[in-house]
Amino acid sequence: MKLNKKTVISLIPKAVLLILLLVIINTQLTESVVTGTFEKGLVFSILALGIFISFRILDIPDLSVDGTFTLGVAVSVMQAFNGDPIKGILLSIVAGAIAGSVTGILITKLNVQPILAGIITMTALYSINLKIMDRPNISLYKKDTIFTIAQKYFGDYYKLAAAGIVLVIAAVLLFWFLKTQAGMSLRATGDNEYMVRASSINSDRMKIMGFAIANALVSLSGAMYAQYSSAGDSNSGTGMLVVGLASIIIGEIFFSKHSILCGILAAIFGAVAYRFVLAFAMNHGMDSNYTKLFSACIVALAISLPAIKKYITKAYKRVCSDK
Amino acid sequence: MLKLENINITFNKNTANERKALQHIDLDVADGDFVTVIGSNGAGKSTLMNVISGSYEADTGKIFLDGKNITHLKEHQRARTIGRLFQDPLRGTAPNMTIEENLGLAYSRGKRRSLTIGIRKKDVSVFRERLKELDLGLEDRMKMPVGLLSGGQRQALTLLMATIVTPKLLLLDEHTAALDPKTAEKVMRITDKIVKENALTTLMITHNISNAIEYGNKTIVMSQGKLLLTIEGEQRANMTVEKLMKLYSDTAEDELSDKMILQE
Repeated sequence: MKLNKKTVISLIPKAVLLILLLVIINTQLTESVVTGTFEKGLVFSILALGIFISFRILDIPDLSVDGTFTLGVAVSVMQAFNGDPIKGILLSIVAGAIAGSVTGILITKLNVQPILAGIITMTALYSINLKIMDRPNISLYKKDTIFTIAQKYFGDYYKLAAAGIVLVIAAVLLFWFLKTQAGMSLRATGDNEYMVRASSINSDRMKIMGFAIANALVSLSGAMYAQYSSAGDSNSGTGMLVVGLASIIIGEIFFSKHSILCGILAAIFGAVAYRFVLAFAMNHGMDSNYTKLFSACIVALAISLPAIKKYITKAYKRVCSDK
Repeated sequence: MLKLENINITFNKNTANERKALQHIDLDVADGDFVTVIGSNGAGKSTLMNVISGSYEADTGKIFLDGKNITHLKEHQRARTIGRLFQDPLRGTAPNMTIEENLGLAYSRGKRRSLTIGIRKKDVSVFRERLKELDLGLEDRMKMPVGLLSGGQRQALTLLMATIVTPKLLLLDEHTAALDPKTAEKVMRITDKIVKENALTTLMITHNISNAIEYGNKTIVMSQGKLLLTIEGEQRANMTVEKLMKLYSDTAEDELSDKMILQE
């Protein structure tokens, strides 16, 4: 899809709506909370992009995400702890891609059910992550991270800048990739596997590649998050799939899911909006222990909405015909 | 061009539901032949297609395409030189991708899927020309997701996708059966035109006996997993629907299905 006038115009009202929502939320929050929330939103946008690939493009919910997020955290925090934060970020991408390929191979070559394959990888990664970190949590207090490096160049908004730059690079690369022949084959694999095989595309290889890219992004997000919060925790990946799904679902309220550009924008805006909704809820006294419950409810509600609508229509019909 | 040697397939072997779907199939299709395949339900027509395309692997036997043994190639490897249409119009295209993108995927058939841009400018003009030939107005809707097209339009598009890179063999599995009669006729005419223009070696399953006689240069009749008759040359030129039905009931143990009779 080209960025023609019509598409841009159709995006404007949604963007305005989103900004309006954000402003309403913002009036309730202090400036430092707003900046912090925004920064976190950008970091978790990368997670949402990864989940967008497995959940929306390949149409398979990938549970290995909970493990690969922590994998990114572990790799990144260890490298930063040893004084090389940039290497940590880059290595985490590779590690995530390898872990994703394992899930992909389990699903395609070894015929494991997709959900189970994800659980297997996630469980295996739990040990691997602990092995990498050597202890359950590590602090990067007084250590260099990519954010402290950015501080030298970007002044006050260095965290926003660092997170933003990484996100933009990831999003642009992903957008470009999905427009290439390989990317188009990947999209078609999630859309219609029969057609893909009949067009001489190796659907198994495409799926493995898809999971590799998805988990590379998730792991990158984890790596960024660890250096952002200057700490690594072996439990930080718990519930990340649901958080990512909630982000995508929120984003899709504003952007249709029918084009690649919209899908990517939905993941990014959704992740940011999700953080603001969360900050708003916590500002109004929600216990921070409830954040995962909160995202679980959002996802359950959004996915069950069509079914709920059907029940309501049915009930409505019954009442009307009784009259 | 296409040669099948003693192909056998049995489904659910050693169970109560054991079914010999194909038995001792020998088939020789010459270059440029347009073969129509008829037979009652369960005769093994679709299984035959699936064996050739690689969706099923034969229990025994060999398949040669253009002199090359393809018996053990995977489906997507065979698809490099085999174009294929399914009965279900939804199977042949990716609904959430645009017409242009679908054609772009088909256009790189047989090549490695690289990191070059999916649809180049010069490809678009090729697509536009080819879509124009279908005469369905699709050339003006190239940015539209395929999911919004009707079944007939999707099937015509799939036909174009299967032949945009000229395949060595075209497989049509009742590709007009799910369409309304008028659309079916139109898609059938487009099929004939494309097959003739490119002199494609084609295998077409049909439930419509008059189509089976009208199109192509050879007709094979299948029954209970076996090749029953091959009709060609003069015999075929003088063939009518009634004669074919009679010929069938004289040789086969079962009747041609009601569906086929009702079609007439």
